Amino acid sequence: MPPVEPSAGKARHKPSRVPRTPMPERSASERREDFDEVTLVYTEEQARTEAARCLQCKNATCIAGCPVNIDIKAFIRHIIDGDYADGVAVLKERNALPAMCGRVCPQEEQCEIACVLAKKGEPVAIGRLERWLGDYDLACKLEERCVPQVAPASGFRCAVVGSGPAGLACAGELVRLGHSVTVFESLHAPGGVLTYGIPEFRLPKAVVGAEIDMLVRMGVEIVTDAVIGATYSLDELMGEEGFDAVFVGSGAGLPMFLGIPGENLNGVYSANEFLTRVNLMRAYEFPAADTPVWRGRKVAVVGGGNVAMDAARTAVRLGAEEVFLVYRRTEDEMPARHEEVVHAREEGVEFKMLCSPVEITGREGFVTGLVASRMELGEPDESGRRAPVCVMGSDFEIDCDTVIIAVGTRANPLLAKAAPDLELSSRGYVLTDEEGGTNLPGVFAGGDIVTGSATVILAMGAGKKSAGAMDRWLREGR
Amino acid sequence: MFEVVHKRQLSDAVFEMGVRAPRIAGKIRAGQFLILRVDEKGERIPLTFSDWSAEEGWVRFIFMRVGKTTHKLSHLEVGDSLADAVGPLGVPTRVDGLGRVAVVGGGVGAAVAYPVARAMTEAGSDVTVILGARTANLLILREEFEVLPLHELLIVTDDGSAGEKGLVTAPLKRLAASGAIDHVMAIGPAIMMKFCAETTREFDVPTTVSLNPIMVDGTGMCGACRVSVDGVTRFACVDGPDFDGHAVDFEELMSRQRVYTEEEREADAEYLRECECHR
Ligand SMILES: Cc1cc2nc3c(=O)[nH]c(=O)nc-3n(C[C@H](O)[C@H](O)[C@H](O)COP(=O)(O)OP(=O)(O)OC[C@H]3O[C@@H](n4cnc5c(N)ncnc54)[C@H](O)[C@@H]3O)c2cc1C
Ligand SMILES: Cc1cc2nc3c(=O)[nH]c(=O)nc-3n(C[C@H](O)[C@H](O)[C@H](O)COP(=O)(O)OP(=O)(O)OC[C@H]3O[C@@H](n4cnc5c(N)ncnc54)[C@H](O)[C@@H]3O)c2cc1C
Ligand code: SF4
Ligand code: SF4
Ligand code: FES
Repeated sequence: MPPVEPSAGKARHKPSRVPRTPMPERSASERREDFDEVTLVYTEEQARTEAARCLQCKNATCIAGCPVNIDIKAFIRHIIDGDYADGVAVLKERNALPAMCGRVCPQEEQCEIACVLAKKGEPVAIGRLERWLGDYDLACKLEERCVPQVAPASGFRCAVVGSGPAGLACAGELVRLGHSVTVFESLHAPGGVLTYGIPEFRLPKAVVGAEIDMLVRMGVEIVTDAVIGATYSLDELMGEEGFDAVFVGSGAGLPMFLGIPGENLNGVYSANEFLTRVNLMRAYEFPAADTPVWRGRKVAVVGGGNVAMDAARTAVRLGAEEVFLVYRRTEDEMPARHEEVVHAREEGVEFKMLCSPVEITGREGFVTGLVASRMELGEPDESGRRAPVCVMGSDFEIDCDTVIIAVGTRANPLLAKAAPDLELSSRGYVLTDEEGGTNLPGVFAGGDIVTGSATVILAMGAGKKSAGAMDRWLREGR
Repeated sequence: MFEVVHKRQLSDAVFEMGVRAPRIAGKIRAGQFLILRVDEKGERIPLTFSDWSAEEGWVRFIFMRVGKTTHKLSHLEVGDSLADAVGPLGVPTRVDGLGRVAVVGGGVGAAVAYPVARAMTEAGSDVTVILGARTANLLILREEFEVLPLHELLIVTDDGSAGEKGLVTAPLKRLAASGAIDHVMAIGPAIMMKFCAETTREFDVPTTVSLNPIMVDGTGMCGACRVSVDGVTRFACVDGPDFDGHAVDFEELMSRQRVYTEEEREADAEYLRECECHR
């Protein structure tokens, strides 16, 4: 990217009144055919036009909307002034992986909803600007990229279990604070859900790889193929392996099924398996890559969250003729991001709302259909959402050869095996205090393994917060 | 990373391989497995540890060449490396307190049966091994079994070219009927384990089987390996691979093993074509 002459002095900013700059996107018909990214980046000009909309509020309410409190006002100011490297530095103060969060954060319900301009329905496109700066940083030569200052070596050694956003954010922060850090990851590639779950077309793996390379450059050591609970136990990490503190960020990886007849037929996948085969194992390149995936002609995806959208849109790209999204409630209750819902619909995913699966039918071991009951919305339940109620005798069959179940995940019990003394909730999540401290001295935890499935930025925030608590514990507490 | 330090061909299609994996070698117990990838584009496949040395830092497994990945694996030589190896995975096999045990190893299942039988003898159990194969030159690990302190080693081949002619279920039935065994451990193709379980059901002899469904991660994250046991869905990689043979739905297991038959054939054929070009 060519350098831009910084604006002379820090003149008082005069916000522009142009409407919010739309995100350039590839057409639905084009993107159905490949796994390349759906949204394109802002050009520099678009980024500056968008940044100029920011009012630079005295009371910048946007900042409190961000779970890690990025100084949004400041980084936007740097874009306005053309001081991009400084903008990157502001982001990295709080967020080690900006190019990723700019892509996958649910901005519309976090920072952007808190922007003053949101009241008029046109908040500053904070996420897109963050992504633009993140990409600006990634496009620089490695030597020129923004490397956060690293404190002098403390002599302490920390272990991190799991290389998802929680683990990576924790590791990045610990290194910055001067500790030596080793991340243990059970899969053969780091990144957690960023690598195995979120598809290439939303989050290119090259972006994930480049952000992780940066952490490695800062000194984080990543050991793949190491399952804590099998290869090492937690006790061993703190004992023989000589670590002074451990952070557990092992995610909520156990897929839930519906418990209906026919669920073990061939052609029924958990979203985790389907997405892992396609993303991590690159089954879309089969047979050039060795791992196969069943390419359905008619695919029914059960669920209404981001994971369901990702699975449905992946099925479209694998060449399915029809993809149905089967959800118990209505579109208003769907937890998926609005943007993903719109994209899915544009790409031809057919929504079947107020349908609850009751059985998967099959012939000779393979799926032939999904039987569902129609639902009506009844009284609001404890979550405040109107609970779906089954309409008697309304069963109908959707003709399909693949069913993908995306109805949530739970805590993986492998971890409990790694540390039988670690206090867990009745549902298997790790119990922690505000800052990620567990009942075991020196053992901290955060991310989905504490909260259940949440978001990338919340997991990162938890990892970072724990790193601070670990630092204090190492230096003072013990 | 994971350097091949040993390779031996046991029969036409069966190989024993050792790799350096000090991190793993110190932790293994009989019945556990590893997941490996041969190269960067490789599939993750599970193989059971057949032997290991914590002191020398190596692990061994025995595999049958059945498809693309095992073909590629068989082409590695000492000095080459695997891209990945992770483990030990799965719940170890229960080897003590079982009384008089019959261990049945069919085909390449003998590779899994061997460390289990060895661990059982070390735990002081009274072990009879029934080793089966289609024909004599497919029998593997016979010498290794012969040096274990077994109660008895029974050889069975489909065509009678070695030992008794017939199926492993014949001697198993005799043992079960005569009350000579308290427990059976059956390891081999799903169809063999199914018939072993059928055989012992009649005599109420508890029977453990070691299931081999298709796996991806091996850590409980994907559900590819789900099997029905007593009508309940279990994940073989973390809940197993050992289950009560009398409660397993073998028809479902066998059906699920066939899901990618066509894709597997395509991948293997293409690999072999390319292989020949290189020659
Ligand atoms: C398909 C999908 C799409 C999503 N889309 C979005 C989105 O658009 N925006 C958003 O904000 N959030 C999204 N989420 C949610 C978000 O990805 C998660 O909340 C977040 O990744 C949680 O981070 P984590 O670090 O806690 O766990 P994870 O990302 O799950 O990482 C945990 C890591 O630990 C490893 N591990 C587990 N056990 C062990 C062990 N015993 N030893 C060693 N390693 C271990 C795992 O292999 C994994 O790599 C999505 C989730 C999915 C599944
Ligand atoms: C816990 C466990 C332990 C095993 N131990 C051994 C062993 O010690 N020795 C041995 O020879 N084999 C063992 N297997 C089977 C071995 O994993 C498969 O033979 C191997 O994956 C075949 O790969 P391929 O690409 O060569 O063949 P493919 O052409 O891909 O498949 C051939 C057959 O192998 C099965 N298979 C394919 N991929 C997988 C996979 N990822 N996981 C499991 N099965 C698969 C399929 O059912 C198929 O019928 C074990 C399997 C499991 C689950
Ligand atoms: S990290 Fe997420 S919530 Fe925070 S400013 Fe960036 S996009 Fe908004
Ligand atoms: S609230 Fe909106 S307008 Fe105000 S500083 Fe934040 S981004 Fe700019
Ligand atoms: S192999 Fe993925 S859960 Fe068992």
